[in-house]
Amino acid sequence: MKAAVLVFPGSNCDRDCKVAVETTTGAQVEMVWHEETSLPSNLDLIVVPGGFSYGDYLRCGAMASLSPVMAEVVKAANAGVSVLGICNGFQILCESGLLPGALLRNSGLKYVCKPIELTIENRKTRFTSAYGEQKTVWMTQGNGDGNFFAEPDVLKGIEDNGQVVFRYVENPNGSANNIAGIVNSAGNVLGMMPHPDRAFEPALGSADGAPLFHSLMRVLQAA
Amino acid sequence: MKATVHIFLKAGVLDVQGKAVEGALNGLGPVQGWGGVSNVRVGKVLEFDLTATDKAAAEAEVKAMCDKLLANTVIESYRIEVA
Repeated sequence: MKAAVLVFPGSNCDRDCKVAVETTTGAQVEMVWHEETSLPSNLDLIVVPGGFSYGDYLRCGAMASLSPVMAEVVKAANAGVSVLGICNGFQILCESGLLPGALLRNSGLKYVCKPIELTIENRKTRFTSAYGEQKTVWMTQGNGDGNFFAEPDVLKGIEDNGQVVFRYVENPNGSANNIAGIVNSAGNVLGMMPHPDRAFEPALGSADGAPLFHSLMRVLQAA
Repeated sequence: MKATVHIFLKAGVLDVQGKAVEGALNGLGPVQGWGGVSNVRVGKVLEFDLTATDKAAAEAEVKAMCDKLLANTVIESYRIEVA
């Protein structure tokens, strides 16, 4: 497996993502600076990491979504490459139009930073097939703008198409329908606010993020 | 020309900052001598200069900036002034 982790000014989970992908899959992971106008060839996975790209100025993820490298990510996503956006990465994917909806300020106005339990809503995606019969997972959450919003008709479409992948057991931020993570309609782009990159081995408090990366390996092995 | 852009969350989108400010205003009301505040919305104002000299062209330019970067039209609406 060959993966790339994007790095924006203000990214702070880029190294976590690299270690998580390497540790769980043995993949070769390249770090790609946001000003790059091309991506490494033959990528299987692009990770858009968490952090505070461009200081969260204007809107979270807004300026990063227009970085030169994002034009290449959009092309790769449209060509079927797996794209995983975590936290600020989810915000960037929504801003770029790869995922529907937007992330608003948390309804409680507080930065929410804690372990959080999620239900797996769709275990047939390329990101969740290795979870087997596991019903819920623990990961950690750390954001101030994680309140997922979409217009009612868009939200209905997301629900009807099975695009909701993770839901919060207890809603920490006012997200519509308790949504914590969604895929695009093609199923190759996943955005989620909780961090699988901070929960991939027991020493981190939870290893529930690891099967997400194992799932991506499975897809490749089956191909 | 000088451009001014006002950006607010759309009417149907919960503005939690606005709600907090509203709560604070109404909470302070009895002491400060004001009250009855509702529908507080917190937005952004951006001001910048443009080299364009034609008003219509400048407005079109600023509209493109809003649609591409300055506003997220999934959740926000904007109003442009060019002078």
